[in-house]
Amino acid sequence: MADRLMIEVLDLWKSFGETKVLTGANLSVPEGSTCVILGTSGSGKTVLMKHIIGLLKPDRGQVIVDGEDIVPLGPEELTRVRRKFGMVFQGAALFDSMTVYENVSFLLREHTRASEEEMRAIVRKKLAILGLHDIENKYPAELSGGMRKRVGLARAIVLDPKIVLYDEPTTGLDPITTDYVDGMILDAKRELGVTSVVISHDVASAFKVGDTIGFLYQGRIVEQLPPAKLRQSNNPAVKLFLSTWFGKND
Amino acid sequence: MAQEAQPALSDKLGRAAASSIESIGRAVIRTLETLGGISELAWSVVRWTIRPPFRLQNLFVQLDFVGVGSIFIVLLTGVFSGMVFAHQSSRAFELFNAESLVGPTVALTLTRELAPVFSALMVTMRAVSAMCTELGTMRVTEQVDALETMAVNPVQYLLVPRVLAGLIMVPVLVMVFNTAGMAGAYLISVTIKGISAGTFISRTQQWLDPEDIAEGLIKGAVFGLAVTLIGCYKGYHASGGAKGVGQATTEAMVASAVAIFILDYLVGVMLH
Repeated sequence: MADRLMIEVLDLWKSFGETKVLTGANLSVPEGSTCVILGTSGSGKTVLMKHIIGLLKPDRGQVIVDGEDIVPLGPEELTRVRRKFGMVFQGAALFDSMTVYENVSFLLREHTRASEEEMRAIVRKKLAILGLHDIENKYPAELSGGMRKRVGLARAIVLDPKIVLYDEPTTGLDPITTDYVDGMILDAKRELGVTSVVISHDVASAFKVGDTIGFLYQGRIVEQLPPAKLRQSNNPAVKLFLSTWFGKND
Repeated sequence: MAQEAQPALSDKLGRAAASSIESIGRAVIRTLETLGGISELAWSVVRWTIRPPFRLQNLFVQLDFVGVGSIFIVLLTGVFSGMVFAHQSSRAFELFNAESLVGPTVALTLTRELAPVFSALMVTMRAVSAMCTELGTMRVTEQVDALETMAVNPVQYLLVPRVLAGLIMVPVLVMVFNTAGMAGAYLISVTIKGISAGTFISRTQQWLDPEDIAEGLIKGAVFGLAVTLIGCYKGYHASGGAKGVGQATTEAMVASAVAIFILDYLVGVMLH
């Protein structure tokens, strides 16, 4: 695996009113690797992810994506940078006025000149990879939570992006579907070579899919280590968080 | 005791006055912030309107929703407005044998005032409320964020077609209202009040100028632009789940209705 960094977050600060959410966060994600950001609910994981894709502007700090600092970029330049990303939202964020087919083919329609037949073939293939069949004409409201998430993932990877961001991909899923989604993240890395950032508070999934795990605490990444090393961490916040899982499972 | 009570009372009054001034100040700041936000959004809509890609399909969907979908309700309100106005004015004109003025009176009132104001109110209630709720729901369920992450500008994709639809279709609905209103007025004046059809039509032709119709159309365009901008702004910036979306829609409805009447006065003054 190359050591070139695909994503680098440097000294990132962000406040909403009086609330300080990020207080000097640092993160580095090498190309082709999967980094899981662990942290308690409300610790600012989603805020950090929204900075990585340029949905939020920091108060100060840098976000370097594929060698380019995206913080000073305007809307049009950000649009160009965002074509490198695919994002899977916590609640899937599917367009509820569109069918599954229209949702998954949305990016193809917007950014390619693919014909309707080509789009249909690509959408079928992506849905099939995720174990979804005969749902193209259904609306998101007709799908289960797990199916919506998988459709969200199919939409995110339809253009084979360089980077995929997953916002709590396994939250609210049953253990079998969770395992399935973990497998999908690993497959996306293995087969497409994508760089992934996964926001999660699911320790088991984090240790399964992560090449490195960053622990976000009080607005900063207090540790970013490979899973085995993170388990040996002496940081009290990390130890407390991991003990909630390993304490029960050791 | 009385001396102690005196300062306590003046203290309370002072605090109450300060608190009233503070809340008025806050309301003024909020209103100015909203106006600034709407102006910024309007500028953004202009910039993204003239920039490719031009999503004609989205525009036609909105033209259909705002315009074609509102025709029935505008026809209905137009007919009854014309009928009631003809009925009331003919009763007044009967007093000094000037029933021949019913046609022109209704025509001038409809084209200059009633048609643009009522059409814009109908569009506000029917279409802008739906726009605001839809955009608000999209915002709180991260669908707007999803668009941005997919390198699609949400202002261009979601707001431009809606605002253009308001700008284009409200004047069209104003003409529908005018036609329906005059038909209603004709029905009451000629078939019930016994005014001759020739008098009704010739007197209307004599008094009604193309400028009067143009004034109504200009007002319609201004109102259409204003109400869709307000609805889009409130929906696009909604937050706080279902309650936030409901609140945004209520605020959009109130602000749109107030804006229609304020703009009616301002545009009326500017055109004369």
